[in-house]
Parts: sequence; C-alpha cells; structure tokens
Amino acid sequence: MNYFWDLFLGGITRGSIYALIALGYTMVYGILELINFAHGEIYMIGAFTALIVASVLTMHGLTGVAVLILATIVAVFYAAAYGFSVEKIAYKPLRQAPRLSPLISAIGMSIFLQNYVLLAQTSDFLPFPNLLQDVLLPEAISGWIAPSEFIIIFTAAVLMIGLTLILKFTKMGKAMRAVAQDREMAMLLGINVNRIISRTFIIGSALAAIGGVLIASHVGRINFYIGFGAGIKAFTAAVLGGIGSIPGAMLGGLVLGLTESFATGYISSDYENVFAFALLILILIFKPEGILGRSSQQKV
Amino acid sequence: MDNVLEVKNLTMNFGGIKALDRVSLEIKKNQIVALIGPNGAGKTTLFNCLTGIYTPNAGDIMVQPPQGKARRINGMKINHITELGLARTFQNIRLFGGMTVLENVMIGRHCRTRAGIAGAIFRPNSTRTEENDIVDQSYSILEYIGLTMYVNDLARNLPYGAQRRLEIARALACDPQILLLDEPAAGMNPQETGELEQLIVRLWRERHLSVLLIEHDMKLVMNLAQNIFVLDYGEEIARGTPQEITQNPAVIKAYLGVETNAEIN
Amino acid sequence: MKLAEEFKKSFFVALWFMLLTFPIMVVQVNTIENVVIWRWHNIILSGLGSFLLSFCWQLFLRRKGHSTPAAQASASRLQHLMAEPRLYRPALIILALFALIFPFVFSHYQVNIMTTALIYVMLGLGLNIEVGLAGLLDLGYVAFYAVGAYSYALLNYHFGLGFWTALPVGALLAAFSGILVGFPVLRLRGDYLAIVTLAFAEIIRLVLENWNAFSFGPSGISNIPRPGFFGMALTPEQSAIYMYFLLIVLCLLTIFVIRRLQYSRIGRAWVALREDELACQAMGIDKTKAKLTAFALGATWAGMAGVLFAAKTTFINPASFTFLESAMILAIVVLGGMGSIPGVIIAALALILLPEYLRVFSDYRMILFGAALIMMMIFRPQGILADMRKKYEFHKMKDSRIN
Repeated sequence: MNYFWDLFLGGITRGSIYALIALGYTMVYGILELINFAHGEIYMIGAFTALIVASVLTMHGLTGVAVLILATIVAVFYAAAYGFSVEKIAYKPLRQAPRLSPLISAIGMSIFLQNYVLLAQTSDFLPFPNLLQDVLLPEAISGWIAPSEFIIIFTAAVLMIGLTLILKFTKMGKAMRAVAQDREMAMLLGINVNRIISRTFIIGSALAAIGGVLIASHVGRINFYIGFGAGIKAFTAAVLGGIGSIPGAMLGGLVLGLTESFATGYISSDYENVFAFALLILILIFKPEGILGRSSQQKV
Repeated sequence: MDNVLEVKNLTMNFGGIKALDRVSLEIKKNQIVALIGPNGAGKTTLFNCLTGIYTPNAGDIMVQPPQGKARRINGMKINHITELGLARTFQNIRLFGGMTVLENVMIGRHCRTRAGIAGAIFRPNSTRTEENDIVDQSYSILEYIGLTMYVNDLARNLPYGAQRRLEIARALACDPQILLLDEPAAGMNPQETGELEQLIVRLWRERHLSVLLIEHDMKLVMNLAQNIFVLDYGEEIARGTPQEITQNPAVIKAYLGVETNAEIN
Repeated sequence: MKLAEEFKKSFFVALWFMLLTFPIMVVQVNTIENVVIWRWHNIILSGLGSFLLSFCWQLFLRRKGHSTPAAQASASRLQHLMAEPRLYRPALIILALFALIFPFVFSHYQVNIMTTALIYVMLGLGLNIEVGLAGLLDLGYVAFYAVGAYSYALLNYHFGLGFWTALPVGALLAAFSGILVGFPVLRLRGDYLAIVTLAFAEIIRLVLENWNAFSFGPSGISNIPRPGFFGMALTPEQSAIYMYFLLIVLCLLTIFVIRRLQYSRIGRAWVALREDELACQAMGIDKTKAKLTAFALGATWAGMAGVLFAAKTTFINPASFTFLESAMILAIVVLGGMGSIPGVIIAALALILLPEYLRVFSDYRMILFGAALIMMMIFRPQGILADMRKKYEFHKMKDSRIN
C-alpha cells in the first residue's frame, strides 16, 4: 500500500509538471497548428535562470522560500521573454510558409537554445539549492506527502484553475479562443492576431518556467539537456489529452505521469522513457484526437 | 444500366448535422449534369462522397465502368475511384504548385501506367516507351486545353484562369469517363467563362465525356446542362431540364433573397 | 531615412538581447568552489552581435520581400551555370580526378574524415527521398542507420557474417523496418509523423542502450571487421583507402539510382504527395504505396550507410544514434535544398568537413546548425541549390520531342 501510494504521488507530481509544460504546447498548437519544438528549451532556460538566481543568492547567505519565489519570478520573466523572442524570430516570418517550414525552424531553434546554454554555461549537471528545508507541512498531511511534492501539486492546480478562468472570462482569453477557432475571422473582427499569438507564447512560456523551477528544486539538479525529454513528454501529454484542449493537457499530463510512475515502479525503471514514447505512438496512431479533443474533418 | 453514375439515398452526417439527406442523382453516358444550390447546400460534400474523400453514412453510389459490371464505390479508396473513371477538379485550386505544368498533367497518367521501382532504376525498354507515351499524351492534352505556352512553367506561377484550366487538363489525363467539376468558373471573367463553356462542350462532343458540374454561374449552367439537380440544406428540392428548373417554385424560393435570384430568370 | 530607422530598430533589438542573454551569458555559478563568475565582456559581445545580426536580418527580409519572379530567376544564376555543359563537364572531370588522387595525396587521417563525410552524403541523399521528394518529415532517420550498423555488428558477432553479405542484409532489414515504421504513421499528418518517427527512433536507441543481452548495452560492440578485399589482409592505411573508394562507388551508385527514381513515375508521385496529399490521391495515386516506398527506399540507404559506418569505425554503441544525428542529417537535406541532389552533396561535405578543418567551427557546430535551420527556412527555404524541375523540350510540331 505504501509503495503504491508513493508511486501514485510521484506520478501526480510528475504529471502536474508535464501538464504545466503541455499547456504551452497545446495553446500554441491551438492557435498556430505548430508543434513548438523549442518549448522544452524554454522550460530548461526557466529552470537555469532560477538556478542562477537562487545560487547567487544562497552564496550571499540568503536562503528559504522567499529566495525560491524570487528566483521563480525572475525565471518566469526570462522564460516569457525568450518565448516571445523565439516566436518573433523563428515563427512569425513563416506564417504563410508551407506547414513543415515552421516545424523545421522550431527544431533549429531547439538545437540552438540547447547549445547556447551548453556553451554559455556548462554540460555538467548543476545542483539546485535546497530552499525548502524549513517548510513544514501541517501534521495531518506531513506523513503522507513531502513538502516539495505538495508545493508542486498545489501550485500546478492553482495555475491551471487560474488559466482556465482567464481563458473563460477575460477579454484576452476570449480573443485567444476566437483566434484558435478561426484566425482569419478573428482578424476581420478586429482582433490583433499577432498580439494574441505573442501573448499565447508568453503565457505558455511562463507556465513552462514555473514547471521548470518546481522540478529543478524537487529533483535537485539540472543540465542543458533536460528540455528535450521533458518537451517530448509534455507534448505526449498534450496529444494524449487532445491537442488544442486546455483541460485535455492537464488530464493528459496526469495520465502520463501516473503511467510512467507505475510502469517504472512495477515493470522496469530502465525503460522509463520508452513507456512515454510508446504511449505517444499508440495514441497518435489509434486515437489522434486524444481523450478530450474533437476529431476534425479535413477541409476540402 | 445506361447511367454511368447512380446515387441513391445518399446520407452524410457531420456530428449531428445532416449535410446530405437521402440525395439521389443519375448521370447518363455523355450527359452534362449540373448540381446547383445555395452556398452550404451540400454540393461539395456530395462531390467528396463521390470521390471517396468522405465515406457516406448511408445510401449507394454506383459507377458503371466502360467494361464490366456496375460497382458500388462507397468507402472505396480515393485512388481506386479515380481508376474507375471519376476524375475531379477542386473548388479551391489544388495543383502541385512546385511541379511544372507538364508534370501536373503527367501525374494524371499515373493510374493508367505501371512502371515500378525496378523499372525506374533499370529503365528497360518497356518503361522507356511508357515514359515517352506519358509525355506525349500529356503534351497533347495541354494542346487540347491550350496551355502549351506554359509547358515548363511551375504551376504556381500560372495566371488564375490558366490554373483552373490546368486542373481540368490534369483530370483529363486520368482518362475519366465522368468529369466532376467543382465551380470551374469561379473567379473567371466573362471571356474566360466563355472559353470554359466551349471547352466543356468540346469535351462532351469530341471526347464523349459525362460531366457533373457544380456552378454558381447560372448562365453557364443553363447553357450547358441537359439535366439539373438542385440541393438545399442537404436535400434535393428539384430536378429537371433547365426550363423546368427556372420555373420550379421550390427553386425560386430557395434562391429568393439571394442575389443569384436575378441570374436564374 | 530607412537606414536610420533600421539603425534605431537594431539598437533596441541589441538592448533587448543584452537583457535576454544576461543571466545565461554573464553569470556563471561555480557550485563546487561556491563562487560566482561575472563575465561582463559577454554582454558586450551579445549586444554587438545582435545589433549586427538584426541589421542584416532586416536587410535580408527587405530584399526577400522585394524580390520579384524576375529577381528570383536571376538568383538561380548559379543553377544556370551548372546546367551549362561547357562548364560543368570540365568541372566534373576535375572533381573526379581530385576524388581519384585524394587518398594518395592526403594523410590517412584526412582520408578517414572524407570517408565519414561520404557516409553523410549517402545518409543525406537517402533522407532526401523521404523529406525532399515525398515531403515526409522523418525525425527518426537515425533509427534505420542504427538498424544497418547493428545488423552488421550482431550478425558478424553471432554468425560471423562478412561485410559483403551484411551490406545487402543490413539494407534489407532497414528497408523492412522502414515499412514497419511507415505502416502505422500512414494516416498521420506531416507534423505528427515527424514526432512519431522521432519517438520510434528514441525507443530503438533506448532499447539498444538497455537490452544488454541483445545489444551489449551502452558499451556497444567492438572488433567489427573491416571489409575484406579478396581475402587479402590490409594494413589500416590500405583499408582506409579501400573504404574511401568503396564509398565513392556507393555514392555514385546512390546518385545514379536516386536520379533515375526522381524523374520516374514513382518519383513524380512522391513529389505530388509532397505538394498536396489529397489532390495526389484524387489523381489516382495510391498514397499508401507511395509513402511506404519512400520510407523503404530512404531507409535502405540509411541501412547501407549503417553497415559502412560499423565497418569503418569497427566499434558501435547507441551513443552514435541520438536525435542530434537525425537533426544533423535533416540539416544536410534542408541546407542543401530539398529534393536537390547536388545541393545535398555540397551540404553534407560542408557540414562534415568544415568543423574538421576549421577548429573554430567544431565547438559551435551544433549551435550553427540550429541557427542555419532557422535562417534557411526564413530566407532561403529552397536550400543553397534548389531542386530544378526537369524541362521537357518540344518542337512546334506535335510528337517530335527532343528530350
């Protein structure tokens, strides 16, 4: 029972992070029909920025949750700025290009950002300072869950509820959904589509950065390559839930996290990534519209 | 069966919406038939069912090939239907933009030729002759349609009217017995439309093709069609000769308030 | 006036990038010695670099926007030069002579590098069938390369199979795996296909890495024999020269086959598939068949390249078959020009040889690949040498074709 509970909790924790990153994929896909291959790298840059801020501060004797929050804020700002710039450089000039062009450009951007961090920083794993030592959970739950797991699940839940509310009720959220439905019509109705696309990238990147910081402080170390694996897995989560669907991305993240956790726990940990990739292939082949997505009929 | 194409009670649903509701239609050999109706009436959906892009939910589509028995083509693969002698054009032009005009037509010959990988690599005499035939036949189709001046140009660089005609040329290269034209005159000026009309008449008279035509240009429809089917909201509301259609109250009602009403009289 | 505006814009871009690159490029934390290193000079580099880049960017973008069909035609002057027999024939002869004497003039080391580059020429040309001709963006091409390499290594280890038997077997096995991958992805749209092929390749690599009983895991397989030469024992130098000529011959064979395929009924069907999948089917082309043949033939070349790679290095392990390898082969095809054989050859040689000979490049190799992929898509999507469609010549009279 205890082992099961650990795996379950591990799965939900992982899944929450996947969901946070998957939201970026799904929102961008909803609007541009583009797999933003560089999204995993944004997550990595978010984690790296937070690590740099947190390390500099800890070396100056500061520590605690406040440092983590500050690092997160800086990371969110930088990830959003990178996301914004990536869109302007690599995707915006290719709005009218054939479908595969922006995808190839995205792959290029992903390789570029990975190697940018590799060259400017290091290829080694860097330790993320432990800033959650003095966090104490109430006794009722402290036996069940570790502080960092609790924080990840809680934060992810709050962010996802917040995003849902923004998309549902704010003017910007409505505009986003309108652009996702029909870009040209939205443009005719006076929505500034380019601005909406930029904001989509900013929001998606910010969420990915938060995911990056949370996982970095949970796992305790990062390197330049973490974006690749996380990116593919988050994309899997997005497809699993139904790409383009916000609740789908959340559900997909959790399902993937749990699958991975139980598969590695009960079958074999050597093949951790194989499970995720196999799941991705199976979904794309047998149910490409995902759990919550609607199937789209090709326009002729 | 002296009909080359018979559609019986064809029904197509998208989610809860009935895009086609028990539609029936016949085309006789060497007959020009027009399919008209307001926008969203289900005309292109019917085309997509006929050419295998959609699989209809109910009903039958029967094709009578030149030789052999009539075949039911519901759910058949798109390319098999083309092989049975149905070739189409698209409402929103779908040429192979990065290929030359000649190559576009040569693609149409694909389903009438056989050369495979080994043939391509070793190029035996049979493949050589076949390849030469493809080029010759494609070129003569271009001559027939009047596009030889563009023969080596990329399809995407052609003027609009020429692109529309190239779509017809490409479809002709498939050796169809029924040609399905989806709004071939859309966006054309009166002169181009006139040329198109002459072309369709020639195809009918000289090549003995059957033609199914979706068109909004009523003058063109009335001049060409021997039989007209009218769709509205996925249902057939009228059928008959051009004279009968112009006087049909249901048709006038369906078009009333729409500007094309003026054109129909 | 315009210049001043662009100057201003570039200035702000530079400021933005200085801000953007600040944490990653300036701050470096050394967690072992607990010190922070501030590399302030980097921010100046970043500012200057982005200023210049932004300036060129706007210049190119403006040029691209202004270019008319006439300008585009003159832009392909290089191609017209290349199509001129008086020029390209002597050039080809010189090239052939150079290729012939190369291994006897240059060192063992350089012959080895050239051999590697030629393996990439094969890989590029093979992927070109899938991506360039048929428009199937395969991000897992390296999987077929791995199938070829491991078939030789394992068949040799277990059954003592020689190179010449392994070459067709590896090619066949790769073709077969191409069909295996191709089948399930048939229905998928372009971008999904890309991701699924990537996932397939990663699964294959992970299995090779973890299934020790089968593939000897991360430590790989060593002592793979070099190809035999009529049973004679060759010194490593001789063997390298032999490999080099072997690859020259195989590359020529590849070029011959792919050229023939490109202008055949099958090749045209691939290009039609790339241009418009639905219209292609409506013209009577069997999409399934076209996609599967493209996958199978593309994979065949990767398989052969894999066998050659294993024979050349005599040691393989899963680390040679990562996603970055796929990305590099893709970069070769994209840079060279999708569908263009000479373009792909030039790109393969350039991308492999430049980092070897210009040491500066080798550190920055991957970052430059990444940047190149983006730039090519934006400024020159047709690649350095665009694919030229075949022109057919006709006399005014019907049926008297010259070509």
